[in-house]
Amino acid sequence: MNLQAEIPLHYMIVLSTLLFFIGLVGVLIRRNLITMLMGIELMLNAVNINFVAFNHYLYPHRFEGHFFALIVMAIAAAEAAIAIALIINIYRKFSTVNVDDVDELKY
Amino acid sequence: MTGPKIIFYILAFSTILFSLLSVFDRRILRAAIYLLFVLVAIAGLFYMMNFQFLAAVQLMLYAGGIVVLIIFSILLTSQINSKLDAPKLMQLLAASFTALFGIGISLYTILPYVFKPSAAPTLEVNMRNIGLQLLNTGEQGYVLPFEVISILLLAALVGIIFIAKRSRT
Repeated sequence: MNLQAEIPLHYMIVLSTLLFFIGLVGVLIRRNLITMLMGIELMLNAVNINFVAFNHYLYPHRFEGHFFALIVMAIAAAEAAIAIALIINIYRKFSTVNVDDVDELKY
Repeated sequence: MTGPKIIFYILAFSTILFSLLSVFDRRILRAAIYLLFVLVAIAGLFYMMNFQFLAAVQLMLYAGGIVVLIIFSILLTSQINSKLDAPKLMQLLAASFTALFGIGISLYTILPYVFKPSAAPTLEVNMRNIGLQLLNTGEQGYVLPFEVISILLLAALVGIIFIAKRSRT
């Protein structure tokens, strides 16, 4: 399948740009820690699309983008797990996950 | 319109639509499910670009792992039918202005740029090549990041247990 002729690289970049900034809006407009985490996941996925697209279109003789996306995924998994551990701990102490209500460093 | 083009438009449209729904839906559990749809559509994009292994990892790790974790934490921290607060108008305006400005700058920079593909012969994407490169110590070998990631995951595991366990006091 010759993807280059069918879909130019710019289509992929436009898609990932839109996805990245939708994720940014999600981080900015919500005050709930879990929805902010979801926005960050969207942004990481947009970056992954870019890596994979550049690898496939421009440098098909190497796997750099592929491995970079793989490592980003591993770090995203670690980050999500730690974030959720922190969220559950915050919920135990403050009974809320709203960032505006969590304003004490020491209880 | 040919086959790949139609599939790309379907995947791209569902990615954008479900990510918008995921960001703007005020029922948090539905937002998590929309996030799942976005991740599956992105796995389809990876599959289109011939990275079958990455698509499988995306489905397993994101759709199978992270979304389940997020849904667990939603169920642990909030009522199922609770609604998020609507964002303040100023916040919404500032966020959309930032996003539109960023999209404008990025597309203005990228769209006129002409990318030159490398002329080197294509390396076939199969498990043999991926495995050989991932554990190769020589040129184009990625064994160092592979090991560093394993240490990072171990550290994250220990840290998560330490953070999430109840303190004794």
